[in-house]
Amino acid sequence: MTADFFVQLLAQGAQMTFVLLIAPLAVGVVRRVKALLMRRQGAPLLQAYLDLAKLVRKESVIAESASWLFRSAPYLIFALTWVAAALVPSFASGLMFNWAADVVALVALLGAARALLALAGMDVGTSFGGIGSSREMMIATLAEPAMMLIVLTLAIAAGTTRLAGVADFFIAEPFAVRVSMALSLIALVIVALAENARIPVDNPVTHLELTMVHEAMVLEYSGRHLALIEAASHLKLVLYLSLLVCLFAPFGMAPADAGLAGWLIGLAAWIIKILACAALLGVWEVSIAKMRVFRLPDFLGVAFVFGFLAILLAFLTRGVFA
Amino acid sequence: MPELYVLGVALGALAVAAILAAVTRGPALAFVYPLSALAATVIGIVDLGALLRGGELAAVLPIGLPAIGLHLRLDTLSAFFGIVINGGVLAASVYGMGLDRTHELTPRVEPLFPLFAAAMNLVLIADDAYAFLFSWELMSLASWALVAARHTDPESRRAAHLYLVMAAIGTAALLFAFGGLAGPTGGYAFDTIRHHRPAPLIAALILAAALVGCGSKGGLIPLHAWLPLAHPAAPSHVSALMSGVMTKVAIYGFVRIAFDLLGPPAWWWALPPIILGVVTAVLGLLYAVLDRDLKRVLAYSTIENVGVIFVALGLALAFRANGQNEGAAVAMAAALLHVLNHSWFKSLLFLGAGAVLHATGRRDLDGLGGLIHRMPRTAAFFLVGALAISALPPLNGFVSEWLLFQAVIAAPELPQAALHFASPAIGAMLALAAALAAACFVRVYGTAFLGRPRSVEAANAHDVPLAQQIAMGGLAFLCILGGLLGSVLAVALAPVLGDLVSTGLPIGEGPTPFSLIAFDPARSVYDAPVIALFVAIASLTTLVVVHRISERRSRRGPAWDCGFPDPSPVTQYTASSFAQPLRRVYGTLAFASRETVEMPPPGDQRPARLSVVVVDHLWRVFYATPGRAVLNLSSRLNVLQFLTIRRYLVLMFAALVLLLALAAVTT
Amino acid sequence: MTQAYEISHLLAGAMLLTSFALLYQERVAAVLNAFAAQSVLLALAVAWAAVSDDRPDLFITAAIALTLKGIVIPVALHRTVARLGIHREVEKVVGVGVALIVGLALTGLAEALVVKVARGTASHAREELALALAIVLLGFLMMIVRRNAVTQVVGFMSMENGLILAATGARGMPLVVEVSVAFSVLIALFVFAVFVFRIRERFDTVDIEALDRMRGDRR
Repeated sequence: MTADFFVQLLAQGAQMTFVLLIAPLAVGVVRRVKALLMRRQGAPLLQAYLDLAKLVRKESVIAESASWLFRSAPYLIFALTWVAAALVPSFASGLMFNWAADVVALVALLGAARALLALAGMDVGTSFGGIGSSREMMIATLAEPAMMLIVLTLAIAAGTTRLAGVADFFIAEPFAVRVSMALSLIALVIVALAENARIPVDNPVTHLELTMVHEAMVLEYSGRHLALIEAASHLKLVLYLSLLVCLFAPFGMAPADAGLAGWLIGLAAWIIKILACAALLGVWEVSIAKMRVFRLPDFLGVAFVFGFLAILLAFLTRGVFA
Repeated sequence: MPELYVLGVALGALAVAAILAAVTRGPALAFVYPLSALAATVIGIVDLGALLRGGELAAVLPIGLPAIGLHLRLDTLSAFFGIVINGGVLAASVYGMGLDRTHELTPRVEPLFPLFAAAMNLVLIADDAYAFLFSWELMSLASWALVAARHTDPESRRAAHLYLVMAAIGTAALLFAFGGLAGPTGGYAFDTIRHHRPAPLIAALILAAALVGCGSKGGLIPLHAWLPLAHPAAPSHVSALMSGVMTKVAIYGFVRIAFDLLGPPAWWWALPPIILGVVTAVLGLLYAVLDRDLKRVLAYSTIENVGVIFVALGLALAFRANGQNEGAAVAMAAALLHVLNHSWFKSLLFLGAGAVLHATGRRDLDGLGGLIHRMPRTAAFFLVGALAISALPPLNGFVSEWLLFQAVIAAPELPQAALHFASPAIGAMLALAAALAAACFVRVYGTAFLGRPRSVEAANAHDVPLAQQIAMGGLAFLCILGGLLGSVLAVALAPVLGDLVSTGLPIGEGPTPFSLIAFDPARSVYDAPVIALFVAIASLTTLVVVHRISERRSRRGPAWDCGFPDPSPVTQYTASSFAQPLRRVYGTLAFASRETVEMPPPGDQRPARLSVVVVDHLWRVFYATPGRAVLNLSSRLNVLQFLTIRRYLVLMFAALVLLLALAAVTT
Repeated sequence: MTQAYEISHLLAGAMLLTSFALLYQERVAAVLNAFAAQSVLLALAVAWAAVSDDRPDLFITAAIALTLKGIVIPVALHRTVARLGIHREVEKVVGVGVALIVGLALTGLAEALVVKVARGTASHAREELALALAIVLLGFLMMIVRRNAVTQVVGFMSMENGLILAATGARGMPLVVEVSVAFSVLIALFVFAVFVFRIRERFDTVDIEALDRMRGDRR
C-alpha cells in the first residue's frame, strides 16, 4: 500500500465526486442559455442544486398501491448512473479502475437503470406510468443498435473497447478530419439526445401526457426519491457530455502518469468543455421543435445509417491508416 | 471407470422409476420427484468431476444393433451439457415435490418425467448414431406425451400434433445428417465418423440437415412454430424442462456435429447459423412483445435465446475456420455460458409462471396485476429472472452477452468480405434483440406483478408452497452468483474450450482474480464483482446520506395520477397497450399489423372499439401453404389406391423397364 | 499526400451522404436542394483534384459542374415544379427505411468489389473509386424506388456525378472536360423536353381542377 496507490485511489474518488458535483451546474447552464435565448432572465445557475436540496428535505408521499420496488428503485437507479458516470475518463485517462469501464458494460449499466425506472413507472398502476415506460423502452430499442454501431466504429479504430484505451488512441493520433469519425460523432449526438430525453426526443419541462416520456415515468415520485431520480438524470447528461468530449475532443486530458499539475490542467479543461457542450445543448434545444413520438424512428434511423456508414468508411480507410 | 457405473445406475434408476410410476396410482407416486432429484444430483456431480478433470470415459454395451452395440462416451462437452441438463431436472423435480397431486397432476405426468430426464442424459453420452437417434426420439416422444397430458383441451391436442410432426421432420433430417457423416462405408460409431472426412458438398448438406434437425428442436425460424404452442401446453415444471433444457440438447447436437464430427470447418459454414440465428432472435422477440399469454411470451423468448446461441456458434465456426482460435474461444465461451445461463433463468421464469398459474388460475397477462403484494417471494425471484434474461449487469445474462458482443466486435478482423461486412449488421441486430428483450420483460413483469390487480383471481392470490419457493430461490441465487463469478465459470469451461477450439479464455491475467477477459487485458475486461461493489457502495452511501438529511418517513396516500386518480384498475396499462409503440414501429414491417378505431358518432351510447390485426407471415409461408400443398398432393395421389389390376401391372412393368434401362446406361 | 487525401476523401464522403439524403427526402424541393449540394461538392472535389494533382483542365469541369448542375438546373427545376404545382411530394415504391438499408448494402457491395478487383492500384484511388461506384449505385436505386419523374431525372444526374468523380480519380482520361460538357447538355435538353411534354399534358387538367376547386362545385 504505497503512497502512489493512495494517490491513485484518491484520484479515482475525485473523479467520482467531480462528476456528481458538476451535474447540476451543467443542467443549470443549459436552462440559463435557453432562457437567455428566449429573452427571459431565467433561473440562477445554481438553481438545480437548490432544487435538489429542497426536494431531499421534503416529505415523500408514496401511492398506496406502490411496492418495495418503487421505494428502492431511486437509490439503485442513482447508484447505477453514478457508477457509470464515474467510470468515463474525465480529467485523466489511466485512473485506477479505468479497466472496468468497458463501453459495452457502461451501456448495459445505463440499460439496467432504465429498466428499473420503467418498472418503477409501472408499479403504481396508473396510465401515465404505462405511457412513459412503454415509450421509453421503444426509444431504447431504436437507440441501442445505433449505439452498438458507434461502439463498433470506435473498436475498429482504437482496437479496444476500454474507454481509457480509446481516449489514449485519440490523444495520440494527430487531429485528422475523418469522415467516419464525423459520422460517428453525429450518430452519438443523436443517441445522446434520445437517451437523455432532450428535445427533439422528449421535452424535459413538459406536463402534457401526449408529449411525456421520462416525466411520465417519474410522475408519482416526490421528496427524496424524486431528488435522487432528478440527480440521476443530471448525471446521465454529464455522462454523455463527458463521453462525447472524451472521444471526440480529448485535448487537455492528462495521460495516465501525469502528476498533480497535469491532473489540474485536465480538470480545468474538462470543466470548460462540459459547460461549453451544455451551452451548445441549450442553443440546440431552442432551435428545434420536439418531434411526434412516431417520427422518432426516422430520427434515430439517421443515427443508425450514419453509424453504419461510419463503419463502412472505416473499413475503406483501414488499409491506409493502420 | 466407476463414474460410468454410477451414471448407469442413476439412469437405470430413472428408467425403473418411470416403469413403476406407470403402474402405481395415488399417493405412492410421491417417490417420483425426490428420486428424480437425487438421480439428477448424482449424475450432475459425476459430470462436474468429468468436466474438471478433462479427458473422456468410454464404454461399449452389447445391447442395441447386432453388429455395432451401444457406444457411450462421456467427454468434456457431454459433461458440460450434462451439468446444464441435470441442474434443470433438479430444479424441476424440487418444484414438482410441491405440486398438489389431487388438483394439478394427472397420473400421466409422473411416469414420463423420469423417462424424459433419462432420455436427455442418454443423448449426451451417446457415441454412435444409433444410440443418439434412439435417445433423441425417446426424448421427443416422452415430451410429446407430456405435452398431450391434458388431452381434453383442444389447444393441447393441437400443440401435441404439431410437435409430433415437427419432431418427425427433425429426426428425418438428423437421419440424413448421420447417413452423410457415416458415408458409403457406413461406420456409424462416432469414432469412425471422426476419421471419415466427407466431400465439401456433402459436408454442406450435412450441415444443412443438422441445422434443420437440431434447429427444429431448438426453435430456429422457420422451424419454430411448434414451440410457442407446445411449451405452454405442458405442465409448468415440464415447460421449464422443455424450454430451459431440451433446447440445450438440440444445441448439443449441433455442436457435436459441427465442431466435432464434421472436422475442420469452411468459412462459409458460419453464415447459415448466423443469419438464421439473427433473424430468429429479432423475430422471436417481436412475437413475444405482441403476445398476451404469459407462458407463450416465455416460449418466444426461448426462441430468441436459441437464436443468440446459434449466432455465437456461427461466429465460433467463422473464427475457427480462419485459424483465429482466441476469437473462437470467446465466441464459444459466449455460446456455452449462454446455454448455462439461459437454462437457469428460463427455468426460473417458467417455474414462476407455474406459480402464478397455481395461485390465480390464469395465464393471460391482462388478467393479472399487483402480484408483488400477494406473492412477494415469487415476485422477487421472478424479478431476478426477468432482469437476468434482459442481460442487465450484474446478473448472469450479461456475462454471456458481453462475451458475445466482444466476439462480434472482433468479427471485422475476419478476412472474408461477407463476414466482416456482415459484422456491423450482426452487432446492430443483437443490440436490437437485447433492447427488445428488456422491453418484453419490463412489459411482462410490469403487467403481471406490478400495478393493481385486474381480476378477482389476481386480487386473491397467495404464495406457493415451500418446495416451489426453494426451487425458484435456488435458481435465482444461481443467476446472481453466475453474474458475479462469471470468470470462475470461464475457468471451468477451459477443458471444453480446449477440446472444441484448441484454446481457452485468458485466465489470471486480469487486474483482479475475478476479471473476465475476452482477448487481452488491455483490450477488454469485465469485472462484475468490482462493478457490483461500486454500485453497492454507492447505493449504501446514498441511502445513509439521504436519510441523514431527510429525517421524515414516507407517507402513504392515493396515487397522484396528475390529479385525476381513477379507482378502477381497468384504466392502467394492459399488456397490449404497453406493446403499442413497439407494434407501431416494428409490427407494420414484420407482421403487417394494422390498428383501426371505430368511434361511434356523438350521442351514440356504444363503446369505441379498437381492433388490431396481426398477420403471421411465417406461419402462412412455411406451414399453412406447404401443409395445404401436401394435402392436395396426397389427395391427388390417392388415386393410386383405386386403380384396376391392369393399371397396377402397367406400373410394375414401367418400373422394371426403367431399372433395366438405368442398368444399361450406367454400366 | 495525407492532407490532400484527407480532403478529397472528406468531399467524396460528403457526396455519398448527399446520395443518402436524396433517398431520404419526401418533398421534391428538398430533393432538388440535396442534388444541388451534391453537385457543389462534386465541383469542390474536382477543383481540389485539379489543385493537388496539378491538372488545370479539371478546373473547367469543376466550373461546369458548379454552374450547370449546381445552380442552373436545380433553379430551373425549382421554378418549373413550383409554377405548375405538380409532383410536390415524392411517391414511393418502398418505404424510406427499406431504401436506406438497401443503400447501405449497395455501399458495402461497392466497397467489397472495388477492394477486391483493384488490388494493384494505389489505395487512395481505390477508395475514391469505391465511393464513386457507391454514388452511381445509389443514383440508380433512386431511379428505381421513386415514381416521380423529377426524382428519376435527379437520380440519373446523380449517377452522372458519381461517374465524373470516378473519372477525375482515374489517370489518363483526357476527355473529361468534353465528356462532362456533352453529358450536361444532354441532360439539360432531356430534362426540359420532359417538362415541355408534361406541361402540354397536364396544363389543362391542372388548370380546370384548380378552377373547379375555387368555384366550389364538383361534377
